[in-house]
Amino acid sequence: MRTLRNAANLLWATLREIFEESAYARFLLREHVSASRESYAAFLREQELSKARRPRCC
Amino acid sequence: MIAAAADNWTEYKTMSKLLRILIWLAVAVLGALSVGTIALHRGEQINAMWLVTAALCCYALGYRFYSKFVAAKVLVLDPWRATPAERLENGRDFVCTNKWVVFGHHFAAIAGPGPLVGPVLAAQFGYLPGTLWVLAGAVFAGCVQDFVILLLSVRRDGKSMTEMAKDEIGTLGGFVAYVAVISIIVVLLGVCALVVVNALKASPWGTFTIAMTMPIALLMGVYLRRVRPGKVLETSVLGFVLVLLAIWGGQWVSQHASASAIFTLSAPTLAVLIILYGFAASAVPVWLLLAPRDYLSTFVKLGTIAMLAIGIVGLRPTLHMPAFTRFVDGTGPVFAGKIFPFAFITIACGAISGFHSLISSGTTPKLITRETETRMVGYGAMLAESMVAIMATIAACVLQPGTYFAINSPAGVVGQLPQAAASTISSWGFPITAAEMHSLAQTVGEQTLFNRTGGAPAFAVGMAHIFSRSLGGQALMAIWYHFAIMFEALFILTVLDAGTRVGRFMIQDALGHVWKPMGRTSWYPSILLNSALIVAAWGYFLWQGVKDPLGGINSLWPLFGIANQSLATVALCVATTIFIKMGKARYAPVTLTPLAWLLSVTFTASYHKVFDPNPRIGFLSHARQLAETAAPGSARLIFNDRLDAIVTGILTVLITVIVLEAAREWIRVLSGRKAARVSEAPFVPTRFATEEQA
Repeated sequence: MRTLRNAANLLWATLREIFEESAYARFLLREHVSASRESYAAFLREQELSKARRPRCC
Repeated sequence: MIAAAADNWTEYKTMSKLLRILIWLAVAVLGALSVGTIALHRGEQINAMWLVTAALCCYALGYRFYSKFVAAKVLVLDPWRATPAERLENGRDFVCTNKWVVFGHHFAAIAGPGPLVGPVLAAQFGYLPGTLWVLAGAVFAGCVQDFVILLLSVRRDGKSMTEMAKDEIGTLGGFVAYVAVISIIVVLLGVCALVVVNALKASPWGTFTIAMTMPIALLMGVYLRRVRPGKVLETSVLGFVLVLLAIWGGQWVSQHASASAIFTLSAPTLAVLIILYGFAASAVPVWLLLAPRDYLSTFVKLGTIAMLAIGIVGLRPTLHMPAFTRFVDGTGPVFAGKIFPFAFITIACGAISGFHSLISSGTTPKLITRETETRMVGYGAMLAESMVAIMATIAACVLQPGTYFAINSPAGVVGQLPQAAASTISSWGFPITAAEMHSLAQTVGEQTLFNRTGGAPAFAVGMAHIFSRSLGGQALMAIWYHFAIMFEALFILTVLDAGTRVGRFMIQDALGHVWKPMGRTSWYPSILLNSALIVAAWGYFLWQGVKDPLGGINSLWPLFGIANQSLATVALCVATTIFIKMGKARYAPVTLTPLAWLLSVTFTASYHKVFDPNPRIGFLSHARQLAETAAPGSARLIFNDRLDAIVTGILTVLITVIVLEAAREWIRVLSGRKAARVSEAPFVPTRFATEEQA
């Protein structure tokens, strides 16, 4: 049961990383701000350049 | 007492070692049996599970033994050395991340349409050539490239491939790598767009579904920014539900006369729309279109690949395609050319893809916590992608060969009319009738399935065949087919919009050296001009493919394969140079052997594509043939052939230059004329080691 729970947690963490929810959480922590439209807009501005330069493979 | 315990412990260790040896021996025997079965079986159909078992055993052995050898002897992974994620951690680009999370992240970035489309096209030779290349190519070349480049980038603070080429081979090496990257992006995007056009032409259902993904993505972008900031997974699930509704609504559109007429588009119209889309996606803010589409596409991609794996293992379908077809002689209708070299450039992703070296030296090295994890992430994720290629081979080969060739053969080869096409294909020994194809088209909700080149429709029919047998039967075949088309088109378009933007930035960086304002990524005139430049470049290739009487894939897919494998040769040159500088010359064959193989493949393929006297293979002989016939519109086709020949020639020259430049560096280092100095970041001990010891 514990192994299953660990596996589910890991899967959840992977999905959060792939979908950049973890990156947003780290941004909030780093900037000492809470989740809001404004902070998310600031996060997107920060991400704009790095995300736009990230290729997707064929 | 203590002596008895020690004896017991020794006995336990011996038994445990013996058991491990026996298990690996069993895996090796099972792998040999499976590969032997798929390689030697003739005349009878075999079950797809033989391919799955052969792949799993080869991957397990490759990972356990070969990657361990590379890790221990060649790269000497150091668990005590701090990675850039630890040393430069900033919570933004450099972040220490769980190895399984990095694995998932890396796999999501490297898995694109290539491992699905390439194996489907190569199935024209039969199931065997593609399968063997995918297995051997992945274990000895593709995984090694991804693993090695990832580790080398980790040791250089996450430097990109082009930066490493510049540092280790010289400025010329960096320039060649840059041009190779731009070339591959342009050709890749043109080919990807062509695959989508061929999948959607005269298909109101498919076109409607894909058209709907644009407003869905915009809606997701606004929802994510205004309604539920940061809730990406929730938004992706919502987007996915809307896409499913769009697929369901597409059926209504296809059956409704006036709605169907709006969404029944010709190939040139679709090409123009995709070119406009590419331009828009490059010019509008990332959060509005690119990011939500990327999330949606990743969500659908991961889910569908998992579903396909479960479907294949659950149903264990039979392969109807023989091990070899008559087209090994080079007369194939899907693309012309013999197994060597064309099977090896047709399947790039899934075996070895140069594009992966960009991902392995992009985001991933900045997330690695311990050096030792690069093995699992680099080598392991490529094995997973190779498995996707095996599944694509299965999806293509479960089709009756007649059906496969009817879908994938261009009208210029088999004829425009269904009866003529069916008769030509049947005369090759793959019986099919126009009535059977009509019935299949109706079952999947299409007007016709003849001449749907590009691999995507054949893969979709195969996937629908597998899915419908497990869920919904024939009644849901049309839904599954359009789900598969949506899945492919969605993430091909994601590659397209991300690639267009990356290409735009690369051009802006280059032009910024000529005139500073051009390099400003937020200056709108520069954004518009450079977006137009990159879109015009790939758009030209797309237009050329759409207008090609042979369907475009015959000319463009090999060009893409050559470009992609050329990039892999650049990556392997960089890796070999670094090994030699590290004093590991005796292990250089680890990268030198796949490099030599790729050079022989790309040079032979390039030679054939330019100079082969067969007009279906050689660009120049095709141009000559057109010039002799002097048919209307031939001037444009002649120009296209010559342009393709020039592009192929440029790639060959670039690769020759970088190989010679690298070889010069190897000789200088090995002869002692140059100090063997690598530009690694200095060693810093990891804090994790202290934590572990404590």
